[in-house]
Amino acid sequence: MLSFYLVKQLRAGKRRFCLELEYDLPEGGFLGVRGPSGSGKTTLVRCLAGLDRPDAGHLRVGKDVWYDSSTNVFIRPQGRRVGYVAQDYALFPNMTVLGNLLYANPDRDTAARLLELVRLDAQAHQFPRELSGGQRQRTALARALARGPELLLLDEPLSALDEELREELGEELLRIQRTTGITAVMVSHSKAEVSRLCSEVLELRGGALDGERLAVY
Amino acid sequence: MELAPFLVSLRLGAWVTILLLVVCFPLAWAFARARAGWTVFLEALTSLPLVLAPTVLGFYLLVALSPRSPVGAFFQSTFGLRIAFSFVGIVVGGCVSGLPFMLTSLKTGILGVSPGLLEASYTLGKGRLRTILRIVIPNMRAALFAGIVTTYAHAIGEFGIVLMIGGSIPGVTKTVSIAVYEHVEALDFSGAQVYSIALVAASYVAILALLFMQRRGARR
Repeated sequence: MLSFYLVKQLRAGKRRFCLELEYDLPEGGFLGVRGPSGSGKTTLVRCLAGLDRPDAGHLRVGKDVWYDSSTNVFIRPQGRRVGYVAQDYALFPNMTVLGNLLYANPDRDTAARLLELVRLDAQAHQFPRELSGGQRQRTALARALARGPELLLLDEPLSALDEELREELGEELLRIQRTTGITAVMVSHSKAEVSRLCSEVLELRGGALDGERLAVY
Repeated sequence: MELAPFLVSLRLGAWVTILLLVVCFPLAWAFARARAGWTVFLEALTSLPLVLAPTVLGFYLLVALSPRSPVGAFFQSTFGLRIAFSFVGIVVGGCVSGLPFMLTSLKTGILGVSPGLLEASYTLGKGRLRTILRIVIPNMRAALFAGIVTTYAHAIGEFGIVLMIGGSIPGVTKTVSIAVYEHVEALDFSGAQVYSIALVAASYVAILALLFMQRRGARR
């Protein structure tokens, strides 16, 4: 279960606002966070990943406390079992697809299983520059899953793709999330996308929360 | 033609390049990634050798490191190490003079590696050192190579600062460029020519290697 209450002061251009969010997501849930640019979506994911430190609040994943301002606990990204897929996928250009996975987890069996899961077995020895946008996205996803994370974080994972591919890979994403049963949080500016893929949806408006719960499955 | 000035120059280039690689990487990292405003003052200081006359730098180094100075006296009494007019002295001079070359290349290289790659590595459980060794350095190879080549080429051709701090002791501090100067001073132009051609050829090969490396990088 993912449980958080996070407070962080943000600045979007000249506008300053406070991002204040509280949410409990059951284990295996898929939370979609939607909102316009500058509403704090990416900041939320970065705080969950440990890449940004909130000003106050708490964050628990299962029984583990990753952040608690009252006891001054802040687990750095290295100590959190997260899988993080950045908007630009951040694949290591000096490594092949397999190399990217093995960097995350040196176990070759796990890498082979994940490559099969994301249907990239044939591209294992290609470099990121030789891949299509969709293949890059799937590599980033496989790499994020390689460590066996407790929480999968997806920052606009489909935004760099064209319309047709977005739909196809969105379904792929949902299939993988359901197959692995991992708790996931996805950020997107597309309402249709989060509504279609996620079991629960958060709507951000300049840091304020409009909670609506959608039952997709 | 003596071989010794070549050997001194090559040794000087190697020492300066290795030392600057070690010293400049953390500095370049701080300049590229640090958010603290004070680093700009330090960066300006490290860039001074680009604009200051080498003889001025050499003069100050000589004053600071001579056996009569506190620093020079300390090294002499503690380690028995004489810095001025020794090979160590010209290495120090070469390092000061070559600092901005290595620093600029490394900083450019570090800036060229997306912070997103570092963050991706951190979220995969890797620490900073491992991230630097496996992600940062392999992805800044061209800049690293440029730093090594330009620093080495600059060091073997350095004249003013080396002459000031090292003098011209055959086999110890007399480099190729100093040999050129001495041959010209003695009106032995053909002797100067031999050393000069060697320096021009070495510099040309270095620049050529750099350009090939950059082209290879651009094709990737």
